[in-house]
Amino acid sequence: MTGLRDAGATELDVAARVVELVQEIAGPAAEAEVTVVRHDLALTRFANSFIHQNVAESGVTVRLRVHVDGRTAAGGGSLVGPDGLRALVGRTLAAARLCPPDPAWPGLTPPSSVHSNGLLDEATAYAEPAARADRVRAFVDAVGGLEAAGYCRTSYRSGAFVNSRGQSAQGRTTEAAMDGIARAGGADGMARLCAGRLDALDGAALGTRAAAKARAAADPVELPPGRYEVVLEPAAVADLLQNLAWYGFNGKRHAERQSFALPGTAQFDPAVTLVDDPTYGGAMPFDLEGTPCRALTLVEAGTTRAVAHDRRSAAGAGTTSTGHGTPGGSTFGPIPRNVRLLGSTAADDPATGPAPTDGAVAGAVADADTAALVAPMARGLLVSDFWYTRVLDPLSLVVTGLTRNGVWLVEDGVPVRAVRNLRFTEAYPRALGPGAVLGLGRRPVRQPDRTDGGWWEGPSLRLASWNFTGGASG
Amino acid sequence: MTEFDAAAAAVQAALDAGARYADARVMHLRSESMSARNGEIEELAQDESLGLGVRALVGSGWGFHAVPDLSDAAAREAGRRAAAVAAASARVPGPPITLTPAEPVVASWASDCAIDPLGVALSDKGDLLVRATETARGHGADLAQGLYQIWDTRKWFVSSEGHRIDQHIRECGGGISATSIGEHETQRRSWPSYRGQYGTTGWELVESLDLAGHAARIADESRALLTAPECPAGETDLILGDEQLALQIHESVGHAIELDRILGWEAAFAGTSWLDLAQLGSLRYGSELMNVTIDPTIPGALGSFGFDDEGSPAVRRDAVREGRWVGVLAGRDSAAVAGLDHGGSVRADGWARLPMVRMTNVGLEPGPHTLDEIIAATDNGVLMDINRSWSIDDRRLNFQFGCEIGWEVRNGRRGRMLRNPTYTGIGPLFWRSMDMLSSEIVPWGTPNCGKGQPGQIGHTGHPAAPARFRGVRVGVRA
Repeated sequence: MTGLRDAGATELDVAARVVELVQEIAGPAAEAEVTVVRHDLALTRFANSFIHQNVAESGVTVRLRVHVDGRTAAGGGSLVGPDGLRALVGRTLAAARLCPPDPAWPGLTPPSSVHSNGLLDEATAYAEPAARADRVRAFVDAVGGLEAAGYCRTSYRSGAFVNSRGQSAQGRTTEAAMDGIARAGGADGMARLCAGRLDALDGAALGTRAAAKARAAADPVELPPGRYEVVLEPAAVADLLQNLAWYGFNGKRHAERQSFALPGTAQFDPAVTLVDDPTYGGAMPFDLEGTPCRALTLVEAGTTRAVAHDRRSAAGAGTTSTGHGTPGGSTFGPIPRNVRLLGSTAADDPATGPAPTDGAVAGAVADADTAALVAPMARGLLVSDFWYTRVLDPLSLVVTGLTRNGVWLVEDGVPVRAVRNLRFTEAYPRALGPGAVLGLGRRPVRQPDRTDGGWWEGPSLRLASWNFTGGASG
Repeated sequence: MTEFDAAAAAVQAALDAGARYADARVMHLRSESMSARNGEIEELAQDESLGLGVRALVGSGWGFHAVPDLSDAAAREAGRRAAAVAAASARVPGPPITLTPAEPVVASWASDCAIDPLGVALSDKGDLLVRATETARGHGADLAQGLYQIWDTRKWFVSSEGHRIDQHIRECGGGISATSIGEHETQRRSWPSYRGQYGTTGWELVESLDLAGHAARIADESRALLTAPECPAGETDLILGDEQLALQIHESVGHAIELDRILGWEAAFAGTSWLDLAQLGSLRYGSELMNVTIDPTIPGALGSFGFDDEGSPAVRRDAVREGRWVGVLAGRDSAAVAGLDHGGSVRADGWARLPMVRMTNVGLEPGPHTLDEIIAATDNGVLMDINRSWSIDDRRLNFQFGCEIGWEVRNGRRGRMLRNPTYTGIGPLFWRSMDMLSSEIVPWGTPNCGKGQPGQIGHTGHPAAPARFRGVRVGVRA
């Protein structure tokens, strides 16, 4: 049993070999597509101001899908030696023979060029644990005696795709992320950032921001539930983007009439433009079906333009794949995972992402962007983050969840009191609907997904109304 | 080179590199899942992976490294890398780490399995899902879905203290759902729950669910829900079915008693806990009807095993006894920090993940009533069943759950169907309001418990039975 590197093979070699094996065993008419990804992931985790979990893994995943005699099956594994690959091909072909016919098979991706996004950073790819620990050290030192917790993560992916129709592609990508809280007497402040390079993460700057917000969150008061005007900081905005992507801009759910999305309809405020752009950093330049990834405008100035498709959902909708084929996509549907809510100025360098802070750190309002949105607010809430959001109904996209890591009551443009966490129950498309967006920050801030390769990026956002349905006491 | 040899080589390499303790898990994971939609197979996926993860303790720092390679050289390099990662942890050091004492165990364990789920013909398994979803579709569901999942895990554990344990754990389960789509909302009914029932057992579990036999009913109910009256808003007596109560236990008891959360180790992500160790043994968690156990020995339940991923043998313990909080889920390091004498609840989601505190089977002991008796004793309330949404705060206090279906209960009888039933509350207040509990326990399995960074998916079990709670806020909506 050997790993890919020890076998002296590249990801492209392995993918091509699997396609050959399929056609050796099942004949030249068998259709096959193979993705091989080497993944090095390392994550240094800290809590109570010390590193308590520190992990690294090196893995290889081979994913195979075959279509033989009108039947389709998929398989995967980590065994890349000759025996392992042959076993994968054998059991996947056996599974296909036992499956019922698949009349909706969309066929394989034709040969098409895939352009690498060129955002690989070697120092991030091969970062030693000390490099992550040093950023944690800087974060902990910067919180000035408060308790600190969080993580610093680096990842590297090198992948290849080959299918029996002649398409092949390769790509490499890196990502780094840091997410930390400072804790002051039960109140938490947070700073979170995702970038293409580890050296874009400044542990001290993030720790300083988290500590300032934690101190400003002390002694919170309880507010009665009800509708409040809100300014959502980028971490909370990321939750909106994620739920809109999973449930709204998912081509399978759209076909099943379980999505609110109506392309061509002005469903959002004109300030809202959403673009899914895997080429902007962190993601591979092709999807699981070998389709080149590209930017896809989901919403343009308030008008819904598109939903994401893989080849199967696209065929059903009479259109073409947008490059969103993912493992499990036949069941869960094609889901955008690199969504940007565009701010009001030009984009930052995608390799580093936007700066986490802009201007002096001053308590609850930690950057100039957010300050500009808070200033005109007569009465409302400044919300740092959302937590544990779950969908009550996918069609209307009614979501319940809680605030986390800081909420403040704003009166006459000034945060006057920290507020205890609140529960909300809100329809996300309605909250972003025409006339609902009162302001949009200039600078998007990229927030990491729980799984590397995905991210959500938006600026702070001022909304006319958010439905808080309960306080911390129920 | 055997799997034990590879694990032992990794452990020795970590010790040679300076670790004062090390353990390693070799795991061979095979999984299979199939989904069907509207009478057609939607996806069939089979996966297999094999690898080794080694954990090293250098000074007071943990390090972990995993590789998909069992060669001697790769295993030794993984051990050295784990020690190096642990050494880097010393740049931000914490208090000294000790482990609760453990006798070295040499053992072998396998879960009970009458019908090997991977041995059942794919065509038979596919036919089951096709038939059930065809039936639901034929009864008016706009979207009829079926799913089964199978996991077959072999693992070999070696520690520097002399553990040498191999286990073979087979798990499976499945379910169906029917969704009807209205103009402004969707309504879903599932059997036996959304994504199904799961256990550490064989295919006999799926056969016992009679998926096809329930397909027509859930389709009819999903369509009827579109025009049913909405669950009224207000405070009322709430009767929960056993499936929903299982998730209530998972979220508001199971996670709250995880010692790593209580100690703050999950503060930045999964969160902490409202529980304070100083109150262990004295805190009133719920009513006297509330008896919750941590029991990985329940045959067939999804959280069962012979040994956890630190080599601690499966032992049944109390978490809540007659309403009083008396126990936690712990690992050997967290237990030592807390001054407790046992771990036993540490597991890893595969060879590439660090073992961490996870629920095993955390559930209720039977109460003295039946569901029929509970309904008969209720003058004015709502009965809710089958979870549709769940959300709880980072201290595991404030929750809001939505269910697929509700019914009015008036004067001791189940009345009309209600759509969009939701309820909300605060954990200990809610559990203290439980005044009736059924004896009809079902060991529900939850195969999708997320925790940890990098993310891990845990398989947990939750014995639960219908129960009544007084004065609960229901009908929360946007």
